[in-house]
Amino acid sequence: MPGVAFDEMGEGEQGRPQYAQIRDWLRATPMDLLAQKRREAEFVFRRTGITFAVYTEGGDPDRLIPFDIIPRLLDAAEWNLLSRGLEQRVKALNAFLRDTYGAREFVRAGKIPEALVLQNPGFEAAMQGLSLAGGVYTHVSGIDVVRTGPGEFYVLEDNCRTPSGVSYMLENREVMMRLFPELFGTHRVRPVSHYPEELLHTLRSVAPPACMGEPTVALLTPGSYNSAYYEHSFLADEMGIELVEGPDLMVDDLVVYMRTTRGPQRVDVIYRRLDDPYLDPLSFRPDTLLGVPGLMAAYRAGTVTIANAVGAGVADDKAVYCYVPDMIRFFLGEEPLLANVPTWKCAEQDDCRYVLDHLAEVVVKDVHGSGGYGMLVGPHASKAERETFAEKIKARPDRYIAQPTLSLSTCPTFVENGVAPRHVDLRPFVLYGKEVRIVPGGLTRVALRQGSLVVNSSQGGGTKDTWVVDG
Amino acid sequence: MLSRTADSLFWLARYMERAENVARLLDVGLRMASLSSNPETDASEWHSTIVSAGCEKTFYAKHETPNATNVVSHLVRDPDNPSSIISCLATVRQNARAVRTALTTDMWEGVNSTWIEARQLKDENFSSEGVRTLLEWVKERSQRFGGAVSHTMLRSDAYWFVRLGTFVERADNTARILDVKYHVLLPRSENIGGILDYYQWTAILRSVSALRAYHWVYRDRLQPWHVADLLILRAEMPRSLVSCMGEIVTYLDRIGDAYGKRGEAHRLAGGIHAQLRYGKIDRIFQGGLHEFLTGFIDQNIVLGAEIRRQYLT
Repeated sequence: MPGVAFDEMGEGEQGRPQYAQIRDWLRATPMDLLAQKRREAEFVFRRTGITFAVYTEGGDPDRLIPFDIIPRLLDAAEWNLLSRGLEQRVKALNAFLRDTYGAREFVRAGKIPEALVLQNPGFEAAMQGLSLAGGVYTHVSGIDVVRTGPGEFYVLEDNCRTPSGVSYMLENREVMMRLFPELFGTHRVRPVSHYPEELLHTLRSVAPPACMGEPTVALLTPGSYNSAYYEHSFLADEMGIELVEGPDLMVDDLVVYMRTTRGPQRVDVIYRRLDDPYLDPLSFRPDTLLGVPGLMAAYRAGTVTIANAVGAGVADDKAVYCYVPDMIRFFLGEEPLLANVPTWKCAEQDDCRYVLDHLAEVVVKDVHGSGGYGMLVGPHASKAERETFAEKIKARPDRYIAQPTLSLSTCPTFVENGVAPRHVDLRPFVLYGKEVRIVPGGLTRVALRQGSLVVNSSQGGGTKDTWVVDG
Repeated sequence: MLSRTADSLFWLARYMERAENVARLLDVGLRMASLSSNPETDASEWHSTIVSAGCEKTFYAKHETPNATNVVSHLVRDPDNPSSIISCLATVRQNARAVRTALTTDMWEGVNSTWIEARQLKDENFSSEGVRTLLEWVKERSQRFGGAVSHTMLRSDAYWFVRLGTFVERADNTARILDVKYHVLLPRSENIGGILDYYQWTAILRSVSALRAYHWVYRDRLQPWHVADLLILRAEMPRSLVSCMGEIVTYLDRIGDAYGKRGEAHRLAGGIHAQLRYGKIDRIFQGGLHEFLTGFIDQNIVLGAEIRRQYLT
């Protein structure tokens, strides 16, 4: 695949103009200096404790996500297209959720199979008929975008539950500014450091209507053993709000309080980084120790806002994904600005047959999987792996979708033997409160192994700083 | 502040202090053991160390007769003993990690690097030759932590809860170290007030870094009632019970003022402090030093529970 992929910097002397100075810089900087800078970056990350725990592996539980020191650049025109497309998409996803838990017109118009919505594990019956503050369900979304050519961006998947990674976007920028101040002198890079402020603003703007005065916002984390705990504490700290765990909260007379040294303090908005099933043992998994008994009752009574909304997962399901372009047309009356990757739904007989016949060419994904687990990259899999996977598909075709193996764009990356192209994707973070806000850029993930297309940090992917540059 | 945050800060400080005090207790044990190599009393000396550390249950679940090797191992590195030095340091780091953002960078780095170094300790560091260096290292790390707290922490409730943890734990430990002497049997050939008795009191004073202070204050040869007076009633002695209780009262008052509310913990702490402040050493000896110390340890436990009920849950 590499070689034919679109390269973000561009090949040869010409290249793409926004990379002109990066190209000169790479040419002028000796490799051992780059290596030294990379060590410095690693040292900074290690010392600040920016780590990511990977569940399945033994070894160091506080592992660093590899950071690549060569930035990924987008020019103003590219970003303009992306940000408008993202805003459109998130508005449609939100409208779909409001409709799903309300009038359900999208289903009634025959735009999506009813069972796909109502039988969906992300669907939450308790949300039916509930009116949420500002009508917002997806306060924070991470939309994964890939690129295959100059103007060709595709949305790979939507993350409407508890997308993570934004702390890396922020810390990567901090580190880059520290290591390469001269590059920031020669580029006009749009800042990202105001993200926590924008997030807090968004969360405050969706406080329950009955909330008087300054709303109290808290970040609910599963705790320090969660892989994204660093991010939770980082964001809480940057926003100046309390980082709470389930047992820190209690519900009394349908109102949520946190236990403080001064006694109970009322909480108006909960930015939760805890999945639906763990939120409330009285409504969901009775064995959860992470949640807050009675939280759903308070939520339903409208005394507290939960962001993202309970049941938002039905919108980011990989099978529902196929219908997002139609959502945009149906709810917004617009044509999608960002395309979907063509997708075969194994639930449909013809598609399923095609997928089984072409396993060596496609990527198959578990519709309920995330983090790169439970997927098959056909061209890179062994015959045996493909055969095992085929059995899985035959057993539960509705659980799988497949997509062509896209030739993801590459970006110059500093690897063991110098600078070489590696495949990248992009996860911008979209905030939705009173209006949509997107901090320019996002998290660029890079597949560090040559030829690999899997960028997930749980699968050995790394990250890069993402620059939206003007002029 | 979240009650859980205050709780973690409180226990973070307690366990750091405990690690230091277990090191001090072991130091007394090693000194006493080096004074006599009498098989009749050896076990009793090590038994006293175990009792004073409050580790009888965990120790006797594994060992029959205490000796230098198994006591050192149990108090320094046994993961099944929650009060072993290594367990304490692990608990410290765990609490610190849970409240990272409530700590200053200096505090976090102190705690974290201590833990990293602790994990790299090798068997020889726990041998009878290596362990003294290890105990010094523990004291040094605890003092570095105390320094970071005092030099870098904002004076607000977070700081007050850290301090409360330190002094509740220190009071407990001073009482326990002093009580070691009660449990140590003198060999039949030795007299109370004899040379061995004298050296045992010396060991206790050394372990709380108070030998020189003793001579400054009393200008007298070592007398048990002076030693007890110094470690219980002397306000100028920073590890004495009255000093620790004075600090506890001070920080509870700060919290009470800030929150505009006082509670049972204030009443209890004030009561214990008053007893000590106006206490006399001969009265304490009349009632029995051991009885006084165990009574104090119990009161201090009740106070800890009350602080927990009032603020930490």
